[in-house]
Amino acid sequence: MDDALVIAGKRFGSRLLIGTGKYPSHEVMKRCHEASGAEIVTVAVRRLDLGAKGEASLLHWIDTRRMTLLPNTALCYTADDAVRTCRLAAELGMSKWVKLEVLGDERTLFPDVEQTVAAARTLVKEGFTVLPYTSDDPVTARKLEDAGCAAVMPLAAPIGSGLGIRNPHNIRLIREVVKVPVIVDAGVGTASDVAIAMELGCDGVLLNTAVAGAKDPVRMAHAMKLAVEAGRDAFLAGRIPRKAYGSASSPLEGLVD
Amino acid sequence: MTLTVNGERREVADGLTVATLVGELGVRGRVAVELNGEVLRQAQHPEVTLREGDTLEVVTFVGGGA
Repeated sequence: MDDALVIAGKRFGSRLLIGTGKYPSHEVMKRCHEASGAEIVTVAVRRLDLGAKGEASLLHWIDTRRMTLLPNTALCYTADDAVRTCRLAAELGMSKWVKLEVLGDERTLFPDVEQTVAAARTLVKEGFTVLPYTSDDPVTARKLEDAGCAAVMPLAAPIGSGLGIRNPHNIRLIREVVKVPVIVDAGVGTASDVAIAMELGCDGVLLNTAVAGAKDPVRMAHAMKLAVEAGRDAFLAGRIPRKAYGSASSPLEGLVD
Repeated sequence: MTLTVNGERREVADGLTVATLVGELGVRGRVAVELNGEVLRQAQHPEVTLREGDTLEVVTFVGGGA
């Protein structure tokens, strides 16, 4: 059954996207990536640590033949900074796919959607494939699609909070109003949160902390893989309507006296 | 001559190219370089000669997520 995730014409066998931050070690990260089945990994762009001579680079721990790198603009607070980071990432990564993230508040890490839309317009003009982190607002999602973004990535809850999907109704509305893939990005805490995102009809889930911060990260990575698959299947299968009262699933006739 | 690399002042030999500087930094793996606010293409690294007072940002991929 072919149910590939297609972003900007590129096909992916997994609907889970995973990060590379906050793991206990590079070894654990690599094992988590394998267990998750993810084919897209986010990475950050930072100044080279001039004191850390000879340290193996992050890419040493990522199977770049199997994985598509998605550099992010994490912790950029202006469109200009985000665009600058994307230009550097393009020179680093040999591709022009980016996760655009422009933040507007240090405490919640909520996005500055005005700056995000502005940056998206510039980046699309420069030929980037833009996957923007955004709020769970359908109007902004549509603006990002109109700007030429290849997907929209609304938050479930604040980055790293693990609160799960705070506004399932809005996520469902976003899925209705845009044609590009909708990927829930940030805020999931455990497998059921991921399954709910997929049951709402989302095309994928991007997560990091929920796996990296779990007691057993590799096992959680596997749980997330199953949750994405289970949620997707449940969505495609079509759930039964909710009913207020009981409705027996065994025959009412032929009961023994 | 004196350069500023990732916010730190650094004394280097005159006439150094970007590629030679990157080599001297002991980098393993790929880096991207911004020279005085302009991102350089990889192909420019061996061609661009640095000048007194230049400011460089040398970046790489690090772990990060959502």
